[in-house]
Amino acid sequence: MEQTGAQILLECLFRENVDAIFGFPGGAVIDIYHHLPSYPALRHYLVRHEQGAIHAADGYARATGRVGVCLVTSGPGATNTVTGIATAYMDSIPVVILTGQVPTPLIGNDAFQEVDIVGISRPCVKHNYLVKDVRDLAWIIKQAFYLARTGRPGPVLVDLPKDILQAKTVPNYPESITMRSYNPHLEPNRRQLRKVAGLLQDCKRPLFYSGGGVISAGASEELTWLSRNLGIPVTSTLMGLGAFPGDDPLWLGMLGMHGTYAANMAVGHTDLLLAVGARFDDRVTGKVSSFAPAAKVVHIDVDPTSIRKNVNVDVPIVADCRLALKGLRDEIMACAEETDWPAKYRPWLEQVQTWQRDHPLQYVFSEEPIKPQFVVEKIYALTKGEAIITTEVGQNQMWAAQFSRFHRPRTFLTSGGLGTMGYGFPAAIGAQVAFPDKLVIDIAGDGSIQMNIQEMATAVSYNIPVKIVILNNGYLGMVRQWQELFYNKNYCATCMHANPDFVKLAEAYGATGFRVTRAGDVEDILKQAFAAPGPVIVDVIVAQEENVYPMVPAGAALTDMLLV
Amino acid sequence: MRHVLSVLVENEPGVLSRVVGLFSGRGFNIETLNVGPTQEEGLSLMTITTSGDEGIIEQIVKQLRKLVTVVKVVDLTHLHSVEREMVLIKVNAEDAGRAEVLRIVDIFRCKVVDVGHDALTLEITGDQNKIKAIVNLLQRFGIKELARTGTVALRRSMQMD
Ligand SMILES: Cc1ncc(C[n+]2csc(CCOP(=O)(O)OP(=O)(O)O)c2C)c(N)n1
Ligand SMILES: [Mg+2]
Repeated sequence: MEQTGAQILLECLFRENVDAIFGFPGGAVIDIYHHLPSYPALRHYLVRHEQGAIHAADGYARATGRVGVCLVTSGPGATNTVTGIATAYMDSIPVVILTGQVPTPLIGNDAFQEVDIVGISRPCVKHNYLVKDVRDLAWIIKQAFYLARTGRPGPVLVDLPKDILQAKTVPNYPESITMRSYNPHLEPNRRQLRKVAGLLQDCKRPLFYSGGGVISAGASEELTWLSRNLGIPVTSTLMGLGAFPGDDPLWLGMLGMHGTYAANMAVGHTDLLLAVGARFDDRVTGKVSSFAPAAKVVHIDVDPTSIRKNVNVDVPIVADCRLALKGLRDEIMACAEETDWPAKYRPWLEQVQTWQRDHPLQYVFSEEPIKPQFVVEKIYALTKGEAIITTEVGQNQMWAAQFSRFHRPRTFLTSGGLGTMGYGFPAAIGAQVAFPDKLVIDIAGDGSIQMNIQEMATAVSYNIPVKIVILNNGYLGMVRQWQELFYNKNYCATCMHANPDFVKLAEAYGATGFRVTRAGDVEDILKQAFAAPGPVIVDVIVAQEENVYPMVPAGAALTDMLLV
Repeated sequence: MRHVLSVLVENEPGVLSRVVGLFSGRGFNIETLNVGPTQEEGLSLMTITTSGDEGIIEQIVKQLRKLVTVVKVVDLTHLHSVEREMVLIKVNAEDAGRAEVLRIVDIFRCKVVDVGHDALTLEITGDQNKIKAIVNLLQRFGIKELARTGTVALRRSMQMD
């Protein structure tokens, strides 16, 4: 039977088991919305700004590991998603973005609400399509989902001209996809794995440096097994938090610019760095030439371009992180003579633990003003790693990463690569939609939260009970911190004069608001907030000029940390 | 060092901008670029000459392979290959000069493809050295216009090692 493009699209989404679409309508996509009610399984969440839609789809994807879906109209609807697409691209998050487009005969005419979104998004998508024939639609959507979730995941955009959505054809839904130009390499090379096993035998101070790739590949168990059975300490990037249990004695905390003393010192002294699903970003390495200077480097990543992009590697392994770590485990079990690995590395572990004891993460407590780190500690104490935590960007994000602990993958959602202020709240909405019964908390800054605050209307209208905890320092704190440390305290354009009353703002939207000003009240208010039924803002007035420490100044060696 | 990359791509409308955007976005350098259809329907071949140290070339090759519409990338630099470029040159050829230009045409086995009162248009095919040499020689007559195809190259059937 003939169907219109719009119907075919929805049928494709249904066949991909999509259960949530975050979207915002407009002239170019009315046909899709017209048929949407016939697909009740495709629950649509009407956002208040398209940036909210793409971040929500991204948050849904990060929390579940499934492809997030976002639907917007042409022109401004499409351009409003660009920041979110770039956010997902930098962190390798599988999302499919469906954009409306002007009818094909008008393309190129500067028609009303026409924009070349395929051109605009090209550098920040894994792939994109302009559909020019309704007969291509079904396989394009199939490919889009396949590309988004396989290999190194990423955003895929499909641009849908209005006449294509209205055109009719007898659809042919493909069951599977083969592409001669796209075949991610997943199986690890055995010889390389054997080399790693050999290096493990020869080294004295091994260290796992794990990244977001461990989470996207679902390799946490394999990482944890290797670390525990061999007695190898683990540090991770911001993106990798949650892949390794945060309460394990082998856990060193995050490395990099705001990494722990122990993690950064361990990198400085390791003689075998096992990089898994990480990409040696400049916020992680500091001065590249002094990064892991004494180490042989093993680098496992599914994306060949990540390998040897920033640092030289002794054993490159292009493979799915889970398959590679599993293969390494088999290799070690099969051929290693070593029987008591932890004993072999014990002196190293003791050294690492000394660093941990000497310089743990710390701050100076005060009853008033409240210290932001204290708030994060309390959140963790109340949730014990059971909540899904999202963050905004800035100091709030770093404190969330440092002072909370994560025990399971996909419980810490943050914009790492792009550092997008305004990410955390809509991402929390996406995660909450995926897990309605979980506690989802956005640890926010007073600056960032205002970038997508309009999504409070979304949260209220669907009763998505996200909890926002604003660490309200009255500043664009992270920028202020740089001004304090490196620009003579010239606080130009970082003071948030005229912040709104966030409690009243919550109430104006029909949500609940709380304010806390004394440390002694934090626990009680957080409990009330977490127990409240709908969306909540907790406005925590915190010390204005608190800094994030340790800090490695940009371009310095990781071991040159500024401490509290 | 100069590298010649042979890039087989799906012949879809956006493919050229994907490749070119990759070079400009990542700060890689393109010296010449040539594209055309192949014997197989749906596939085009690009020949790109670029330069950089080993690390940069490795990144370029990997980044090209990562593009979803790129089927195959071969760096011909370390293989035996044939390499050609075609150039059309409109050169001043008046009176006395004319005879000399024609002599150069003869020696270099190029063709005269258009004749005017005071200029000749020459077609020259060859590798980079030959083209450089002839452009140098013609310079003193005054080159009015010049159009180059960019390098095209294929791997030789016999690869000795
Ligand atoms: C969209 C966007 N614009 C600008 C920046 C630069 N920036 C990074 S952190 C930061 C301050 C964020 O302020 P706030 O949300 O209050 O967080 P705080 O650092 O105070 O915790 C800014 C402006 C950014 N990361 N994202
Ligand atoms: Mg702030």
